[in-house]
Amino acid sequence: MAALNEEQQMIKDQATAWVKAQAPVSKFRAMRDQEAPLGFFPDTWTAMTELGWSGLVIPEAYGGAGLGYQTLGLVLEQLGRNLVASPLFASSVVGAAALMTWGSDAQKQSVLPSIANGSRWVVLALDEGPRFNPTSITTRLEKSEQGWVLSGHKTFVMEGMAAHDLLVAAEVVQPGLEPELCLVLVDADIAGLSRVPMKTMDARGYANISFDQVLVESDAILDIQGSLQTVTDIAAATIASEMLGTAAAAFDMTLDYLKTRKQFGQVIGGFQALGHRAASLYSEMELTRSCVEAALVALDQSSENSSELVALSKTKVSEFLHEMSGQLIQIHGGIGMTDDFDAGFYLKRARVLESAYGNAAYHRDRYASILGF
Amino acid sequence: MSEQVRDLESFRAEVASWLQDNFPKTLKGQGIAPFGGVEGEVEIDPDAALWRDRLASRGWGTPTWPSEIGGGGLSHVEAKVLSEEMHRVGAINPIPLLAGMGVTMVGPTILEYGTEDQKRRHIPGICSGKIRWCLGYSEPNAGSDLASLATKAEDNGDFWLINGQKVWTSGADISQWCGALVRTDPSAKKRDGISFLMLKMDQPGVETRPIKLIAGASPFCETFFNDARAEKGDLLGALNDGWSVGKRLLQHERASQTGARPTSNKVGLTLQDLAKQYVGEDEEGKLLDSDLRTRIASHLMHTKAHGLTVARIAAEAKGNPEVSAAASILKNSATRVSQERAELALEAMGHQGIGWEGDGFTEDEIEHVRGWLSGKAISIYGGSFEIQNNIIAKNILGLPEMTQKG
Ligand SMILES: Cc1cc2nc3c(=O)[nH]c(=O)nc-3n(C[C@H](O)[C@H](O)[C@H](O)COP(=O)(O)OP(=O)(O)OC[C@H]3O[C@@H](n4cnc5c(N)ncnc54)[C@H](O)[C@@H]3O)c2cc1C
Repeated sequence: MAALNEEQQMIKDQATAWVKAQAPVSKFRAMRDQEAPLGFFPDTWTAMTELGWSGLVIPEAYGGAGLGYQTLGLVLEQLGRNLVASPLFASSVVGAAALMTWGSDAQKQSVLPSIANGSRWVVLALDEGPRFNPTSITTRLEKSEQGWVLSGHKTFVMEGMAAHDLLVAAEVVQPGLEPELCLVLVDADIAGLSRVPMKTMDARGYANISFDQVLVESDAILDIQGSLQTVTDIAAATIASEMLGTAAAAFDMTLDYLKTRKQFGQVIGGFQALGHRAASLYSEMELTRSCVEAALVALDQSSENSSELVALSKTKVSEFLHEMSGQLIQIHGGIGMTDDFDAGFYLKRARVLESAYGNAAYHRDRYASILGF
Repeated sequence: MSEQVRDLESFRAEVASWLQDNFPKTLKGQGIAPFGGVEGEVEIDPDAALWRDRLASRGWGTPTWPSEIGGGGLSHVEAKVLSEEMHRVGAINPIPLLAGMGVTMVGPTILEYGTEDQKRRHIPGICSGKIRWCLGYSEPNAGSDLASLATKAEDNGDFWLINGQKVWTSGADISQWCGALVRTDPSAKKRDGISFLMLKMDQPGVETRPIKLIAGASPFCETFFNDARAEKGDLLGALNDGWSVGKRLLQHERASQTGARPTSNKVGLTLQDLAKQYVGEDEEGKLLDSDLRTRIASHLMHTKAHGLTVARIAAEAKGNPEVSAAASILKNSATRVSQERAELALEAMGHQGIGWEGDGFTEDEIEHVRGWLSGKAISIYGGSFEIQNNIIAKNILGLPEMTQKG
């Protein structure tokens, strides 16, 4: 862990204590078993809001705490440890970042305070197919006689079923002009918008969303200057914190089992094959942590090389969580395969997050391009 | 704080002006070659000798060691400024290289365990860069299982009498002194009967035979002790406590190996540019071999992750780079960085990466091949890759001992 200031240490301790006491994995299990309609428990969210996390990175002028991504990462990591389900990432991180980055004063004024106080969930609708591909968007925003019209289809929108509003990535198509990427802020209950839940293995609230000639006002458009990268970088770097937490918890469970499970008259952690595997997983976790933290610090400092570090972070954490969640099952043997045991939750969540905002292959390719080869 | 910053800046200015006056321009950017190279031919160019002596006169070859006995007496931050300024003018500090194992391992251990007399007699020589130390640990039957060592030392009243054989002793044939682990109590348990002795190499009872390695050079020896002698006052630490002294020394060694060094001495092209040169690129500047491109990207990411981790661990230790258990993680990670880089460079070079000598290959190409070969040792010495994993499992993760104790 990087050297923390007093406030950061306090927030970290608070998050650690809250997650441990109020959000054990059994709570996630109950959410899954009851098929909670939102994909999270509202009381969990209320508690998180009371801790101030829904507005953590939103400026004070808009009702938030105005803290940085490194600090946010401390909270996300703890949430990731126990697979806490909430709209924090989708709305208070990604949705808020898009508005903070590209929103007009009026848009910020009208939306950010309600994201910050947790009453409104505003999420990004970006992907259109099975793979993350933010530069090829087919959803269109066109001028018609009645005004601007939005048409297209979005897939796997995080917290898409719960969201009050969507920030929809679309190409503005105007006669005589090059198509240009923008975001459109759309009420999720607007006429012409339909959403269907996607039942994913991590039991969270994804939606596929169609826009059939949806009429939008011109003040709903955010000028993103042609690229979503600022916000997809923030999304990748912050989800990496949650993934690191998930991986760290998987490591701790595994280590615990290595020290307690006995076979052949000894604890299995005494077998060198397993001891070395644990040593190399631990080493890899240390390297991964350095990358995750460096990317968040780079975002906070608007460093020149922040994209390079974000690509590094998301690649490393995706690879490590993949390996770690697989080993979590393997080292637990048969019990790891049972639904009664939590290991499966980690494995499933790992695969979902690996593909969010670019998988390892995506970011590795990007890293090479940034380095010029 | 601001006063500290001001002091540091005035120190920086002092260093810069001293370098301006004292660093021979002929050595600029020449690296270690003028000092006899890594292989340790002792011939040293006159300007190189001048630079060594000037640096030593300030104690700046060993900047953080106490100034009363030849060190520089600098804080870690000041030492960092010194090394930055030297880097800026293309100067290197040759003293750690010229002292063999003196600066990185033996010296810090003497400073920790030595008597005042031992410090006074041994530290100034190390600081001067004129006394080279080797390390007699390994034996034919005691490698990773070092505690099995059999070379024995007997108290002969006036001196220690040493008999036995060491192997893989780096630089034994060119060193003046040796720090050796010897058995002083054959009846005690393996680890309890060992002591750390310092002895002169230039004496009738010591014979060294160089061993040629796969990279072609002979950087290390078999070392034979036949009634060799060590002074009574040259026992480092307590009698029969050599295991803890020796282990501490290895921690210093590990700490000195956590920065990944390229296995080839030549700085120069980045790996990706080297690959482009041999493999070619498409119109977007992407390497033509996409499989190699992916693996180079992974390697560079690992390299970056390693660098960030070294920095993070240092920051967490609040600027006091204490020798810690994390050194095992960093040693293995540094090993991977160096060895992987060498492998990828050779692969990129294709048939130009299989040369041994002659005009068909450039100097750099040969250097890459030799570096790749000698770099295979990094995961063997200083506690092998597997032994580091044992240490991580036991000392950091608290898993049971993986090795039978003696
Ligand atoms: C370039 C170079 C320079 C050196 N310089 C010096 C020097 O100056 N002074 C000096 O004293 N020595 C030196 N050494 C020796 C070095 O310390 C030994 O080679 C090292 O300790 C390993 O011992 P070994 O070669 O006997 O291999 P072994 O110990 O026989 O190991 C053989 C293989 O078994 C593995 N192994 C052994 N024990 C275990 C275990 N418990 N668990 C899992 N795997 C295990 C090892 O990792 C290795 O892969 C040098 C070696 C090299 C290559």
